[in-house]
Amino acid sequence: MAIIEASGLTKTYKSKTGPVHALSGLDLSVPAGTVKAILGPNGAGKTTVVKILTTLIRPDAGTAIVDGINVLDDPKAVRSIIGVSGQYAAVDENLTGFENLEMVGRLYHLGGAASRRRAQELIDLFELTAAGNRPVKGFSGGMRRRIDLAGALVFNPKILFLDEPTTGLDPRSRMALWGVINRLVDNGTTVLLTTQYLEEADQLADSIAVIDDGKVIAEGTSDELKAQIGGHRVVIALVDAADGAAAREVLARYGAGEPQVSSDGRGLDVAVTDGPPALQHVLADLRSAGIELHDAGMRRPTLDDVFLKLTGHKADLAADENEDEKQELVK
Amino acid sequence: MTTTVERPVLAPPNWNPLSLWFSDGWTTTKRNLIKIKRTPDMLVFAVIQPIMFVLLFSQVYAGAIAVQGTDYVQFLMAGIFAQTVVFGSTFSGSAMAQDLKDGIIDRFRSLPMSSSAVLVGRTNGDLVLNTISMIIMMATGFLVGWRVNSSMGEFFAGLALLLLFSYAFSWVMALLGMSVRSPEVINNASFIILFPITFISNAFVPIETLPEPLKTFAEYNPVSALVQAARELFGNEGSAPVPDVWTLQNPVATVLIGVVVLLVVFVPLCIRKFAQISSR
Repeated sequence: MAIIEASGLTKTYKSKTGPVHALSGLDLSVPAGTVKAILGPNGAGKTTVVKILTTLIRPDAGTAIVDGINVLDDPKAVRSIIGVSGQYAAVDENLTGFENLEMVGRLYHLGGAASRRRAQELIDLFELTAAGNRPVKGFSGGMRRRIDLAGALVFNPKILFLDEPTTGLDPRSRMALWGVINRLVDNGTTVLLTTQYLEEADQLADSIAVIDDGKVIAEGTSDELKAQIGGHRVVIALVDAADGAAAREVLARYGAGEPQVSSDGRGLDVAVTDGPPALQHVLADLRSAGIELHDAGMRRPTLDDVFLKLTGHKADLAADENEDEKQELVK
Repeated sequence: MTTTVERPVLAPPNWNPLSLWFSDGWTTTKRNLIKIKRTPDMLVFAVIQPIMFVLLFSQVYAGAIAVQGTDYVQFLMAGIFAQTVVFGSTFSGSAMAQDLKDGIIDRFRSLPMSSSAVLVGRTNGDLVLNTISMIIMMATGFLVGWRVNSSMGEFFAGLALLLLFSYAFSWVMALLGMSVRSPEVINNASFIILFPITFISNAFVPIETLPEPLKTFAEYNPVSALVQAARELFGNEGSAPVPDVWTLQNPVATVLIGVVVLLVVFVPLCIRKFAQISSR
């Protein structure tokens, strides 16, 4: 049964340059005990979905049901079963890491002793033991982020919402967080996370919803999505651009789609359905054709590949400021 | 990363709503008290500024402004007290705007806490800060010759009235802070309100010296009533006739009515606003 059920969510923000449609009829369903990733570029509406489901903003239209509760009817009941970590570290600068977490525990009504115990556990878990008793003011961005994430875990929530949880984390903390999320899921927590990285969605999510312009444009498991865009890509770099045409022919032979050629004519890549054998075939054919290579390999599809395939346009990373601008306007 | 994070979900104890409200209010108040302790510039503002006002006004204007039946220092102190507590309420405005900017409002709003707790904690923090300011100012006033010429009971009633008014005014500023959303703007915007209501009053000069229409404004200005009430309760009013308007003839009642009106209007407005705001 779905523990999160959203249908027809619409949200428009006013801006000086006219209305901004953050969500235009978004549907989402997350089965209990699973991890759902919302994958999309900046400005696609990821943060808006999370804010609606966590009772922070109201949609213009549509319904959102969380654990059987309509978020508009009883926001407080929803808040008592969720943990949230937003896109920006929501911590009090003047409190220490420990005090921040203890405060969150008390506001979840865990009581003083349990709040302190829990705060210390999370400080240790996120490897902030040395800094835990210093005011957050002096923390690095990554450390603030970890305190904020710990805040979402103070009360083992039934549903955990994480908005771009690993943005700004070093690889080590990222792995640590993934570990924590996986263990929570093993214990039955449902997780909804947003991300710009297919790799992250791949690692964590049972199911991925790709969103663009405030709508879900594709949904499925990571394998299903990758199959849509041809799984792996074989990538080669030529020594001599003059071999381009011949190399392109070889790639086309084993590829699942049209090979892409870089602007200097020396880098080529193509989507393949079965990675390693395709790479072996390509290398063998190139060798017998006497084509010299600088480099060759396979790579996983990126968000850009997914987008190019699904929408015909690249995930617009230049739209970086968009989401921020929209949020500016939330009143 | 070997620590176990997963334990059974802790069921919230089945407290009654009122004790939950007190618990949430105390938790957020503690947050603001820690902030006072760790933000030296705020303490400096709350401590140094009142000292400066007392010393500057008492030394600079004492010779120039004549007050019938008493000396200027006696007359001045209630005015400085009132001005300081009204200015002190700005902290609530800038702190709410700062919380919005920092994103911590989103954290609070996603927690199953009382919807007024953040505001209650914030205004309580102001109350503590204003009490500290008040003690420092009274000590400084004492050094420059200010004396309380009334009973202990009247003295504490005057103190309570000043703090009560400042508390109510903190809610006005909190609403402004949530509406303006920028800590820098709130500091500038609040002065547009605070300077007229504190200076166009009887705080620093006898009201009859003001020209019309400022005189009429001052007579009905709640800050004038606050100053008049404090002056009377501290026994500093001198022998000058009090303007014949109800608000100044009954200053204590006027202040109490003003406090109730401010709270009845602004507490619900603040709580409603708080339920709608989200960072960035």
